[in-house]
Amino acid sequence: MIEKNIGWNGKKLEEMLNESENLFNKTKSYYGIKTLNLKEQDPFKYERAYASLRGALVSARETALHVAASPIVREIGELCFALYTPEGDSIVVSTGILVHVHTMSEAIKFMIKEKYEEDPGINLGDIFLNNDPDCGNVHTTDVQTIIPIFWEKELIGWAGGVTHEIDIGGITPGHVLMSSVQRFDDGVYYTCKKIGSNDKIWKDHMITAKRSVRSPMYWELDEKCRLAGDLMIRDAVLEFIKNEGLDYYKRFIREAIEEGTRIFKERVKERLIPGRYRATSFIDQVGEWEAWQPKAKVNKVYNQPLEIIVAEDGKLNLSFDGASACGANSVNCGVGALSGATWVLLTQILIYGDKVNDGAYFAVNNYFPKGSWANPGDPYLSYQNPWANLIPAYSCMMKGLSYGLFSRGYREEVFTGYGLTRDAIQGGGTYNSGPLEGQLWMLSTFEISGQGLGASAVRDGLNWGYAMWNPESDLGDVETWELFQGGVPYLARKVKPNNAGHGKYRGGSNYGGVAIVANSKDVEFFGIAEGLVFSGAGGMHGGYPQPTAYRLIAKNTNLKEIFKNQQDYPLWDPDPANGEFEKLLKGEIIRKPYAQMYPISLDNYDMFHWCMSGGPGYGDPLERDVKSVEQDVNDGIYTEDKVYNIYGVVAKFDNEKDEWIIDENATQERRKEILNMRKEKSKTFEEFWKQERILITENQLSEPVKRMYKESLELSDKWAQNFREFWNLPENFKIEVK
Amino acid sequence: MVKYDRKTLERMIEGNLSWEELRPIISGKKDADRFDRILEILQERVSWSEKIILPLHEHLYIVLKENQRIVKCDCGYEFGDYRENWKTKCRVKLRDTFESIEELYLKDMGSDPNWQELREYICPGCFSLLDVEAVPPGYPTIFNFLPDIDTFYEKWLGRKAPEG
Repeated sequence: MIEKNIGWNGKKLEEMLNESENLFNKTKSYYGIKTLNLKEQDPFKYERAYASLRGALVSARETALHVAASPIVREIGELCFALYTPEGDSIVVSTGILVHVHTMSEAIKFMIKEKYEEDPGINLGDIFLNNDPDCGNVHTTDVQTIIPIFWEKELIGWAGGVTHEIDIGGITPGHVLMSSVQRFDDGVYYTCKKIGSNDKIWKDHMITAKRSVRSPMYWELDEKCRLAGDLMIRDAVLEFIKNEGLDYYKRFIREAIEEGTRIFKERVKERLIPGRYRATSFIDQVGEWEAWQPKAKVNKVYNQPLEIIVAEDGKLNLSFDGASACGANSVNCGVGALSGATWVLLTQILIYGDKVNDGAYFAVNNYFPKGSWANPGDPYLSYQNPWANLIPAYSCMMKGLSYGLFSRGYREEVFTGYGLTRDAIQGGGTYNSGPLEGQLWMLSTFEISGQGLGASAVRDGLNWGYAMWNPESDLGDVETWELFQGGVPYLARKVKPNNAGHGKYRGGSNYGGVAIVANSKDVEFFGIAEGLVFSGAGGMHGGYPQPTAYRLIAKNTNLKEIFKNQQDYPLWDPDPANGEFEKLLKGEIIRKPYAQMYPISLDNYDMFHWCMSGGPGYGDPLERDVKSVEQDVNDGIYTEDKVYNIYGVVAKFDNEKDEWIIDENATQERRKEILNMRKEKSKTFEEFWKQERILITENQLSEPVKRMYKESLELSDKWAQNFREFWNLPENFKIEVK
Repeated sequence: MVKYDRKTLERMIEGNLSWEELRPIISGKKDADRFDRILEILQERVSWSEKIILPLHEHLYIVLKENQRIVKCDCGYEFGDYRENWKTKCRVKLRDTFESIEELYLKDMGSDPNWQELREYICPGCFSLLDVEAVPPGYPTIFNFLPDIDTFYEKWLGRKAPEG
């Protein structure tokens, strides 16, 4: 039993949280704050206070990753820190993987609601560890260290830090596992567990943790990194209170959050148009072909429909009503992850450059239907790869809000979407020769940080440089990755032709690569990406979605002989219909049109190709400036046959100049021809509607698509009603699957 | 207050601003009069006389015509009441075979038409490509955006929406 409650004025933390929630529900403002007194009385002091805390957090992050950190954290900054109120609401945040700021908020609230104050107790110097997606995380691989901050006997806040681990001891090596279908496959779980006291991590915890993962040294380094950052934040807060006083701090943290809410709502009114926005995205699940677990052998399309209502007061209402069901696979997504994704993308499209904290969270209402992938409500499912749903689904938010930005005139802010964070193959093996013989290596390259960004309404998308979950995406140095995934040296990376979404403004492009397995044994690989459906909400205003991924692997190759004879070997796969692997290698060449790949075994001299994602396009491709298309062809972004088909541009190679040039007259004729083809090959909407309806009424849909409809119809009466009304189907219409 | 000259906004609409010019516009404070300035430019550019209430799309506008709010293409084609999905007045070109999808994408880098098709929504007047939907066969047409025009004008801009 605790001697005295640790909340303010002798309250329990749970009482403070209830009071905060009640006041918000009653007054619609954070803690019932009507006036930002501190800001009004002395705005300079107020802004200085915010800046000093913000600076302390950024500094903590930058210092901590140099104190101790795994390569993934040190090289590309896969970490972030935040300061929270006693109730768990973020006040200020560092830079970094901001998707986790709100997940830690959920974890703190979990501890409060589970009465941790009474048992196991919350004391000065305690250290808590969390990675449970069901109570505030994205997936187990993101590990949070949270410490309470006390002033005398009162808890005045929490410091939290999160890092991404390259391995979490799951069913296979890696950080986003494909073959995980239940909680017990997800790796080691820490559900808001106390792991230390008096600012020290307990030895028994560290022993257990290091024996639970495949990369024990990195685990220990990252635990020390997170704790170091948290302790620096605690010191900075205590210093702040010494300077400004406890009363100022207590009032300030609440005003900062209320101001965050107000800034958000004002920004919405400044940039958007009130109304209803809709966008939808999908992913393919190919368990029937890939999974070994009987209950996971399901093929289906995941429905990710998003409706956004921008209300008169500037609040956003987000609903995933109609989303497909959760299931025995790794792509289930907890509420904390969804809230985190909402928040991190809002920081990129609306509230950048101002007070970024949970104030924005309080200006958004979310509806995540229980039983769907977006809120399974079942802690025993796997949550190892929620990103597969989360990332494409939230491109719907960016595209949806972009309709409003466009109408308001802020065309430069339009954000059609982004490529899925893919497609690096994961896995691992053991060195069988060299100085590291016998040691494990993990394949978890963070090249995935550099995907293609979608086009805006005034320019092309960014090539190879975007990740939705980290506004400062950075794919790091390849040499660093090669240090700890030395069993898979790269042979080449090249720009992948025809990998950018088409449009008047094209999406960002990206590259592909080739690597081999070397000096290793017991190697297993797996991979996750979209393959049979496009990822994300597609292009905008006539732009097309970015291409999908596929798998290409060569086993039992003659590469050793090729190296010995100094012959050519494949450096890329520019055209899967006419493969370089098939031309230059002897062996078993495996091509799969889908890209979700359960673990396979590979041996030395086996090869594989991967390809990062492009971004979606904007506008009618026929309106793309001809000179830009010429540049694209010369840069290897597109090939001449595709720009002929899509952009109506006739490019010819000039041998003297050694470059592609555009035939202007032929291009004008070709563009006219495409317009005529659109006229001749299109149908009226009524004709299209009748033809499409037959697919439904005469049972002509594929099983994976039928399964998607069945789940959405069963999970949402509203979605079902809209579906039946649109296709003029009877009230009792149902879709059955085998 | 931030304000951009007409030429800058015109060049932005045309996609002619360099990254050096665009970047400060993206990262800086916004010009509060942008909506009216863009509307003014667009109104002068269209060949018809109806008053634009709201730009909806690269080619489409909600306009006031005989006291009705309708969607109109810059080519002059009229799609009817803005509260109905303008896509249902478009011509539709379906890409639901491997062959038609591979005209646009490399083999294995487009959707499998059994899982997802591409629907191209085309203006019946000028045959501009107005929207591309990538959806499983049988998916209801998506109504992208239904603006609340009166709330926008009256509550956010503090004036009545254009009337006849």
